[in-house]
Amino acid sequence: MSDSPLVSDAQLDVEHHDRPELRHHFADVEQQRNAASLGMWWFLGTEIMFFGGMFCAYLIYRRWYFPEFASASRSLDLFVGSFNTVVLICSSLTVAQAVRAAQLGNRKLQVRMLLLTLVFGLAFLGIKSYEWGNKYKEHHIPTFDYNVISGEGDLIKGNEHLLGIDKVQNDPVKLRARKAEIQQHTKIFYSLYFALTGMHAIHMIVGVGIFICITWMAHKGRFTPEYHTPLEIAGLYWHFVDIVWIYLFPLLYLIDRKPTI
Amino acid sequence: MATLAVSEERKNYINAEYGIRSWLFTTDHKRIALLYLLSITAFFFIGGFAALLIRLELLTPAGDLLSADAYNKAFTMHGQVMVFFFLIPSIPAVLGNFLIPIMIGAKDLAFPRINLISWYIYIIAGILYIHCLVTGGVDTGWTFYPTFSTQFSNTKVIEAGLAIFISGFSSILTGLNFVVTVHRMRAPGMTWSRLPLFVWSHYATSIIMLLGTPVIAITLVLVVLERALNLGIFDPTRGGDPVLFQHLFWFYSHPAVYIMILPSMAVISEIVPCFSRKRVFGYNFVAISSIAIAAIGFVVWAHHMFVAGISLYSAIVFSFLSFLVAVPSAVKVFNWTATMYKGSVSFSTPMLYAFGFIGLFTIGGLTGLFLATLGVDVHVHDTYFVIAHFHYVMVGGAVMGYLGGMHFWWPKISGKMYPEGWGRLAALIVFIGFNLTFFPQFILGYLGMPRRYWQYPPEYQVLNVLSTAGATILAVGYLLPMVYLLWSLRYGKPAEDNPWKATGLEWTTSSPPPTFNFDETPVVTQEAYDYENMPLPEEVTLER
Repeated sequence: MSDSPLVSDAQLDVEHHDRPELRHHFADVEQQRNAASLGMWWFLGTEIMFFGGMFCAYLIYRRWYFPEFASASRSLDLFVGSFNTVVLICSSLTVAQAVRAAQLGNRKLQVRMLLLTLVFGLAFLGIKSYEWGNKYKEHHIPTFDYNVISGEGDLIKGNEHLLGIDKVQNDPVKLRARKAEIQQHTKIFYSLYFALTGMHAIHMIVGVGIFICITWMAHKGRFTPEYHTPLEIAGLYWHFVDIVWIYLFPLLYLIDRKPTI
Repeated sequence: MATLAVSEERKNYINAEYGIRSWLFTTDHKRIALLYLLSITAFFFIGGFAALLIRLELLTPAGDLLSADAYNKAFTMHGQVMVFFFLIPSIPAVLGNFLIPIMIGAKDLAFPRINLISWYIYIIAGILYIHCLVTGGVDTGWTFYPTFSTQFSNTKVIEAGLAIFISGFSSILTGLNFVVTVHRMRAPGMTWSRLPLFVWSHYATSIIMLLGTPVIAITLVLVVLERALNLGIFDPTRGGDPVLFQHLFWFYSHPAVYIMILPSMAVISEIVPCFSRKRVFGYNFVAISSIAIAAIGFVVWAHHMFVAGISLYSAIVFSFLSFLVAVPSAVKVFNWTATMYKGSVSFSTPMLYAFGFIGLFTIGGLTGLFLATLGVDVHVHDTYFVIAHFHYVMVGGAVMGYLGGMHFWWPKISGKMYPEGWGRLAALIVFIGFNLTFFPQFILGYLGMPRRYWQYPPEYQVLNVLSTAGATILAVGYLLPMVYLLWSLRYGKPAEDNPWKATGLEWTTSSPPPTFNFDETPVVTQEAYDYENMPLPEEVTLER
């Protein structure tokens, strides 16, 4: 590296003058782009660790309380969840298309794809809140009148064998104790479900906020084939949030969907 | 390397702009470092005040000064303030922030605005935490263990948890900035094998900040949710697991110890070669040992839980891994010692702190091995032995390094020389006061005095009185540099660009440096620590 060509500060000033997006402390645009992209990758690394803590808790309790986790998982709406997954994957596609459009210098396509991304993102959040609303009606939200052993959100019905209810059916004392256990252990599932999907939704909301800015910048024609770093790193973030959901979906919705008996 | 006369009119980062706005909205890493310096000093005194309350209470066996509840709040405040608001940001956010870009020949950190944002995040967290203190405080201990923190404590656990959660983002963003800066901003010729060891150590620290901090963030979120919504994730009576909390907590909080000590080692690795006038011994080993400490540091956390009911087999594995982390730490200590061997050692203030660091860190590290031993740990866990051990590392190690670094780079930061005689005196007082405070605690712990109690049997009093006496001496040792460093700002004689005749790019620019650090981007053609070709500083030559 010691024999790399020396760039004089006068030359640098010329480049700084020509490229308004180049910040003063970088030598050239390439260095600036590399720094931004590396920074985002490391940030996503911290995000993995952040969600990792909850995934760790999830794995341990899932192993301990598998029947309760599986039964509670069955109460989640598979159709809505799958549909939402498709919506989110579509939004990642449009982000990738927007980056592509920026590389090709097609501003119209860029803005269109970004608007579509926003639509998909907001649709995901809307569908998610619809799902949470249903959970509220079923009394499946911990501490908000939480009840899974009777009434509308009865999880035991249909899962008697899995939950071991059939074995204690004839012993009222054991039955009551088992039901109390089910009430508590499913509560751990739902706590983690809401913590995980809630954290994911917060990340989605932040993402939508970022993409509103990015769309505005694209609309103003800030991105060129040479310079579209903000779009690129915002895209990285969006794909990451998408991937988190790709893990959340099977872990939460698909624990054990085999028909019982 | 000609020494330029410092002219009064020369523009530098301090006199480049004036007014409060030019400081609060600055993106200059050097100014942000000074903002951090002011704020962490404030927190150091808050934490120190709590330490004062603790030591005064323990002067007598009876619980006379504080009530039991107030005592619980005092040690919690001491721990949380010192760990999260002083030690973790101390060297990285002040010296690291100031020096890393200059040492690698960059104009600034990679993300200057994020750097400023991280200071604001720290301040918001700090204000929230102070608000929590003045409106009642917390009594969980700095560790937030459930189920006490989630169900039984009647204090402001949620607020304190959120404050520390927020401060974590400050630390993540600082770490992110350092990693990207080291990767992407190095000057031409500044290869990885020419990086100062200060930078290597901070690189390792940053990786811990990046990978560890998010885990405690989510852990605190779960505690807050559990407490606010009464969930039961950590409550064993409802199927939850309190030990899971401990795993998640220590997954960050053990590596956090290395966030505190690695930057100190960074400072020592710069001071020792400079005041021994010798190339650092085994550069590659010292550099790689930083990375090794960061890596192994991530897989030793469960040694905090040997008596918490983890399985014997995992305890054996964690015990072994904890022994392993002593190896790279020892590599550093041996290499610093070997650097001094046959060097022209001078006993300047920074070097006195470095000597203090090496001795105290060695004691702190070796007693850590006692604690990593399964059998001994059962005897001394949760006693003053543990307290003494980690204070030898965090105060004897981290704070000594911080003070040594502050003195070493003070001429660069402020452009003024501090009074050398007072400097040496303070270093000596700190060393004596520290040992008098904490050595008796090893004995107390071995004799069985438990931590976190505000009363104790009368037979422990003599050692406790010694410890409290030591703490007052230590306090004088900490106040002295405050006074004479501030004094030097006005009355100190102007510093040359390179007063110690040290190697490193930071000494090639003016003192204090200009806003963009260098007038022209430097080109590096040599490896670090080329002291064979450096002249001796004038002062040293005169002494011989």
